[in-house]
Amino acid sequence: MAFTSTDVQTLARLTQIRLDNDGPDRLASNLDQLTALTECISGVATNGIEPLVSPLDMTQRLRADVVSEPNQRELYQSLAPATENGLYLVPKVLD
Amino acid sequence: MHQQTLAQQARALAKGDYSARELATHYIQRIEQLDPQLNSFITLTAEQTLAQADAADSARANGSASALAGLPLAHQDTFCSKGVRTSCGSKMLDNFVAPYSAHLLEQLAAAGAVSLGKTNMDEFGMAASGTSSFYGATLNPRDAQRISGGAACGSAVAVAAGLASAASGCDSFGDIRLPAAHHGLTGLKPTYGRISRLGMTANASSFDQAGFITRSAEDAALLLQAGAGFDPRDSTSASEPVSDYSTTLGQPLNGLRIGIARNLFDEALDGRIAAQVLASAEQLQQLGATLIDIELAHADQAVACATIIGSGEASTNMSRFDGVRFGHRCDNPASLDDLYQRSRSEGFGPSVQLQVMLGAYYLSVGQYERYYVQAQKVRRLIKQAFVAAFDTVDLILAPVTAALPRLLSEAADVAAERDSQRYTALANLAGLPALSMPCGLVDGLPVGSQLLAPWFQEARLLNAAHQYQLATDWHTGRPSGY
Repeated sequence: MAFTSTDVQTLARLTQIRLDNDGPDRLASNLDQLTALTECISGVATNGIEPLVSPLDMTQRLRADVVSEPNQRELYQSLAPATENGLYLVPKVLD
Repeated sequence: MHQQTLAQQARALAKGDYSARELATHYIQRIEQLDPQLNSFITLTAEQTLAQADAADSARANGSASALAGLPLAHQDTFCSKGVRTSCGSKMLDNFVAPYSAHLLEQLAAAGAVSLGKTNMDEFGMAASGTSSFYGATLNPRDAQRISGGAACGSAVAVAAGLASAASGCDSFGDIRLPAAHHGLTGLKPTYGRISRLGMTANASSFDQAGFITRSAEDAALLLQAGAGFDPRDSTSASEPVSDYSTTLGQPLNGLRIGIARNLFDEALDGRIAAQVLASAEQLQQLGATLIDIELAHADQAVACATIIGSGEASTNMSRFDGVRFGHRCDNPASLDDLYQRSRSEGFGPSVQLQVMLGAYYLSVGQYERYYVQAQKVRRLIKQAFVAAFDTVDLILAPVTAALPRLLSEAADVAAERDSQRYTALANLAGLPALSMPCGLVDGLPVGSQLLAPWFQEARLLNAAHQYQLATDWHTGRPSGY
């Protein structure tokens, strides 16, 4: 398909990315090229074939439902741009 | 010292030819002197490097040296290293100091290896040019007009230029094997799940596999021995027993059946590269292997399949970067949406933004069944083709790259970049172990031959490559001036 500027803006909104002025045109052109490269997939006969999710067809391993990690909140929050009293700070959502 | 392989350095250290500190100091000096022109490292940790080297020397003095004691390695900056910046080549993580170390780095450190620092990479591993890092492009020491290749550009160039003895990397679609081929090195991508992914930043989770860029298959065997094994902290880690990779290197190749994947020698492949790859097959035949022509069904769809599923997974993985818990946050956000949007658009470079949006497209209503689920079905067909092939052969031989590294002026061609993974993405789609080994020169630049083995048969892969390297000297070439 040929991506329009509107299509790119929709994808940007979905992915929470703000585009600069030449962003829509540049990305539309790149998206056109990459989707053209993947078009060949649609012609493959796949009736009755199960989708492969993991290359080794592995099933999710389960473990006992017990605490295995210590609480490291302070360590992890030391990486955050802004915290207060153990909470992550973001701009106000509700007044 | 830097002309030696890892295995040669291990023997020299054991004999006392030089100390781990002398070896580490030699590399630190070379990096200081030569890396400004190559840009293969993002972060150096000289103080820690010397402390680790001293610890290795002490261990050797008291008779408790481990297998990799004192060997100087570099690590792709996708692996978390406790207390050291782990950037993934992105502005998003420029301020991120990892709170823990990746399982692989822990394993290598426990075996006594010394870390020189963190190597440059395409941002989050989402390109294959070596030019998309926030920290600038890694230069190709063989030809400054050409890309260095990626995503593990820094790991490959550091080893090629003698700035590290060997390096770790992450291979999602060929990201270890492609730059290894471009730089005359050996690149090993183990079976999916063979080395834990814990602490290796996710790009495309069902493709990503830690591996190594080395000067020889013997070196790769040493590192795989330390890195392979089950890790309960990674839900995709494999519990298959780990072989002794070094002891089987010397086995003769008599009776080994090698399938030549004829349909991969296609019109896209430079005829001069094809000739070198086929010559490597003949060499393996002279060493006792039997060559059998095979066809790998659906290989034509590998790039499409990997692009669709890979970008979908990348898009999902990148959603964790929101400017709230860690990573880049924009200045003075006016609202929560403004915080998300500006943090992500400032933090992610063009190649990541493109993959994130492409993945969102394939995962969106209306496209999901048509592209994403269809690609997952084709992925099973590709895997089935390998299952069928390995009924009749023990290894498969294929090209690594279709062409010489692109010119820097063509680095931004996203379709050419994806297409450069046409022979390597197959192993990631099927989860197979694969190895790239130097097999000749074209226009004075190295080209590689690729071997693929059945799941968890890394020992067979390394054995064949080692025997090939005993009989040839393509893997000993170095860029001039380094």
